[in-house]
Amino acid sequence: MPVYFSRFLSLVTVLVFLGLWSWAAIAIGNKVILPTVGEVADLLVQPTADLLSMGSLLTNVLVSLLRVLLGYLIAVAIGIPLGIAMGYYSAVHTMFGDFLNLFRPIPPLAWVPLVMAWFGIASLADLFGVGRGPWFIYLNNFKYSMMFIIFIGAFYPILTSSIHGVRTVNRVFIDTARVLGASELDIFRRILLPASLPSMVNGMRIGLGVAWMCLVSAEMLPGSISGIGYLITHAYTLAATDIVVAGMISIGLTGALMDWLFRRVERRCFSWQRLAR
Amino acid sequence: MTHIVHLQDVCKSFVTEHGQTVCALEKTNLEVTRGEFVCIVGPSGCGKSTLLRIISGLEHADSGQITCAGRPGNKPHRDVGMVFQEYSVLPWRTVLDNVCLGLEFVQEKKSTRIQRATQYLGLVGMARFANAFPYELSGGMRQRVAIARALATGPQVLLMDEPFGALDAHTRILMQKELLRIWRETQKTVILVTHSVDEAVYLADRIVVMTARPGRIRDVIRIDLDHPRERRNPLYGQMTARILDILEEEVVTAGEFCTHS
Repeated sequence: MPVYFSRFLSLVTVLVFLGLWSWAAIAIGNKVILPTVGEVADLLVQPTADLLSMGSLLTNVLVSLLRVLLGYLIAVAIGIPLGIAMGYYSAVHTMFGDFLNLFRPIPPLAWVPLVMAWFGIASLADLFGVGRGPWFIYLNNFKYSMMFIIFIGAFYPILTSSIHGVRTVNRVFIDTARVLGASELDIFRRILLPASLPSMVNGMRIGLGVAWMCLVSAEMLPGSISGIGYLITHAYTLAATDIVVAGMISIGLTGALMDWLFRRVERRCFSWQRLAR
Repeated sequence: MTHIVHLQDVCKSFVTEHGQTVCALEKTNLEVTRGEFVCIVGPSGCGKSTLLRIISGLEHADSGQITCAGRPGNKPHRDVGMVFQEYSVLPWRTVLDNVCLGLEFVQEKKSTRIQRATQYLGLVGMARFANAFPYELSGGMRQRVAIARALATGPQVLLMDEPFGALDAHTRILMQKELLRIWRETQKTVILVTHSVDEAVYLADRIVVMTARPGRIRDVIRIDLDHPRERRNPLYGQMTARILDILEEEVVTAGEFCTHS
């Protein structure tokens, strides 16, 4: 299939969807139930315009992005080393495997009451002891409770794929390195890490997607006064459905963009894996 | 000391998933002379690979004495190189970087690594492919790289565990010729495990025939034919037939053993 034709096909789907939406919006004729494509597009083409005196779409997306990245980085920092250890040492797997699997089925949202009881509206501002000023405003955006919800969402995909990556490393690579006189550190650096990296990066990509999805639930928590999730819930209480839809589209676009970036890195760095079969 | 590899009363058993203890090797004795080419043949599951892994230091014997290149063989050492049946070339490294791997572990300088690796790639006829990735190579080429990598750290003994098992018949014969040439040029001691009697007769100075489980050395047969060996030579055929007879006997015994127990 030629490239321009496949581009055309994927565009057709979007256009048909927009057409159906327009038709439904006109047929319903109530912008609280379904705003028109034009109303939503007007909001999207000015991403820096202030909405409901809560900041613009862009600033709210950026605030959310920083929150997600912070919770996500903690998940990466714990999930990857733990996953490698669990994948390589069966004793570590026995220690943590069942325990962690007990928590895996709990949806991040189900943690909210407990997390609120633990952290309330405490934030990084409390950690650094900043009580006022511009730094307080920045740091106060990072509530422990939100970071925890995002962390839980991202943690499991990252952990699972790290374990999987290490476990599926071909034993013969490790034997080869041993025979050549490798130390445990050599095996870790030259064999385990490069061999399981594609799986880990794949887990990090999925983890970032889940973390981004946990965002709205995290930003519905009390104490939140900014972020794209908060903008959506706040716009809903004011019956500004066009802002709700514009916010949803912003979430979708941002998530898709992050996923695309990850895929690019994967394609570039791990071409050996794709071509090795 | 003329014996570069010396095994005395080596035993090894495994515990299966069902908790049964299976004896893989029983009181095995073997002596290999410096520069010799020894092939090990035997019915599948007779402990040929286990024997090789014990010599390499990848596995420990339960009892017995192992001396390999003048040191007790209880852990891998750079005096012993090994080539595996599966493709062991690291897919994320280029051919050159693969051959450099062992030299990185002994912390050679980068210039030395590249020089040594290039030299051994030349020896196995892969110099042109130094910058290729393994997915661009055929099975035979990958095994050439594996051989270069095993030799690059300068081992005295080269262990080969069915190195040509995954290759097609044609490539296999070509690789056998190449291996003989490399053996002559480098004057290494080679111990090669194979399930192909033909391959063993083609390559070996001595063939070690092992019994079915529990693995033991049943016969050691010297092949006094000059290289290059002609498969049409009647002596070649006689040797092959004789070893095949022994193996067949072993397989039948093993079968009876199974039905009785």
